[in-house]
Amino acid sequence: MTTTTPSSLPDRKPSSNPFLKIITKIPWTWVITFTYLAFLLILPIIALLIKAASEPLDSFWKTATSPIAISSYEITFVTAFAAAAINGIFGTLIAWVIVRYNFFGKRFLEAVVDLPFALPTAVAGLTLATVYSNNGWVGSLLAPLGIKIAFSRIGVFVAMTFISLPFIVRTVQPVLTDLEKELEEAAWSLGASQIQTFTKVILPPLTPSILTGIALGFSRAVGEYGSTVIIASNTPFRDLITPVLIFQRLEQYDYVGATVIGVVMLVISFVSLLAINLLQAWSKKYG
Amino acid sequence: MANLHNSESNYDQDLLQSQPKKQQKSIAPKILIAISFLYVGLVLLIPASNVFVQAFAKGFTPLIEAFKQEDFVSAIKLTVGLALVALPLNTIFGLSAAWAIARNKFPGKALLLSIIDLPFSISPVVAGLMIVLLYGRIGWFGSFLEANNIKIVFAFPGMLIATIFVSMPFIAREVIPVLDEMGTEQEEAARTLGANDWQIFWKVVVPNIRWGLLYGLVLTNARAMGEFGAVSVVSGNIAAKTQSLPLFVEEAYKNYENEIAYSAAVLLALLAVVTLVLKEILERKTHNPNERE
Repeated sequence: MTTTTPSSLPDRKPSSNPFLKIITKIPWTWVITFTYLAFLLILPIIALLIKAASEPLDSFWKTATSPIAISSYEITFVTAFAAAAINGIFGTLIAWVIVRYNFFGKRFLEAVVDLPFALPTAVAGLTLATVYSNNGWVGSLLAPLGIKIAFSRIGVFVAMTFISLPFIVRTVQPVLTDLEKELEEAAWSLGASQIQTFTKVILPPLTPSILTGIALGFSRAVGEYGSTVIIASNTPFRDLITPVLIFQRLEQYDYVGATVIGVVMLVISFVSLLAINLLQAWSKKYG
Repeated sequence: MANLHNSESNYDQDLLQSQPKKQQKSIAPKILIAISFLYVGLVLLIPASNVFVQAFAKGFTPLIEAFKQEDFVSAIKLTVGLALVALPLNTIFGLSAAWAIARNKFPGKALLLSIIDLPFSISPVVAGLMIVLLYGRIGWFGSFLEANNIKIVFAFPGMLIATIFVSMPFIAREVIPVLDEMGTEQEEAARTLGANDWQIFWKVVVPNIRWGLLYGLVLTNARAMGEFGAVSVVSGNIAAKTQSLPLFVEEAYKNYENEIAYSAAVLLALLAVVTLVLKEILERKTHNPNERE
């Protein structure tokens, strides 16, 4: 499991290129970079993996696939995907509006989209729990309809939607900016309808970046803890997400349980990172 | 003349033809803009403005009262302290990493970039868990630390490590593209004129990357002050000792002390507003020259 050892990282390549030689005369940038990464990033990851590897495989598997863990994966991943997907639609729409139209409040809209990057997640959780509680601004409108948002799985969805929105907008926006308007105009002048222009001309080059944005938002939502722990009731099998499960295991001093589920999360982070890189490589082909 | 006339009439015809389309289009943008504002309003603006409404529903007195509480003040101090230490360290790392990556060609460059980005994809809770497994009582260094009476987990150093972990990638990510774009000509020119590394760094590199660096610093600071998950795992959440402002918000909320929870939350929300404003300004400074080209 532990293929990335710190010692295999330094690639201080002696360059034959004379001007690179001048610049690589500052080796301490490498020293700082690799020491920092080794101690603060790689070492902790290795500690987690080794701790998990010391667990016999069958009991590892048993802990990783216990009913409560499985239900937490389902709640986390399905909800995160739903949140990222709905933002995939509305985030693309917002990016389109920002790039293509001029209107009053455009700069405001653009700045506000980044709010989830700037607002601490605990504050997001607090205010969402208030607004969507049964006597909150939005919650009180939905409560008579029998829809309960705060302290339920829908609350988790709302929090995940909040934190993942900017990822989609910010990923699609630059690609949309680079998209040549002439192509659309050409399609129109050739008699394509607006819907045809959208599905045949605009959407194909945007698809990789929309998917990248969804993957980034998904990966953020899956790992989210602060806002979700506050808005959810954290009841097993109902709205208990995996990060909260890890936290609860730690609180009970069940380090093995926390580690095993932590490794599952870590592996999923790596897989999403790989998927995001592949998607980005794909979108570069269009660029 | 005939040609000109011809093209003119074509133009007229185009105008005529595009008239109905234009009209159609003039409604569509309005609908799309309205949907955008509705969605952003529902998802982001209502929750954000609620923080201010709740905090100032009774004027400034709750906030002033909050400042009289020792736990509240020490949470602010701890949060500021964490940022004050994490920021310089992450700046040194971020600049070194950006320089190493932008100014060298080597195999595995993409891999190194991905590694630097890792803290963004690792769940904060998992990050906290990893720190506990290293420095906690049962951790690798646990017995050594205990023997030497050094406390990391459930103390400031552990919270600092967690803060550094989650806010590590921002500066490198913002500075690398600026360094790439800047090129090496100016540095070479300075070098041939006899400048040393230090002079080149301060007189040539820093003036060029300052906006990108500042942008990275703003993002690092927002994350460092606002981090909840990772810090929560390693802090032990001891009031007045290891309780940062975001942890204070959660604890107050859990104890049904909504008023003081919102007093703390509004400070963090103000930080977010300042962050967004600075972000807007810096984004224009760093990206505009790009667009003009």
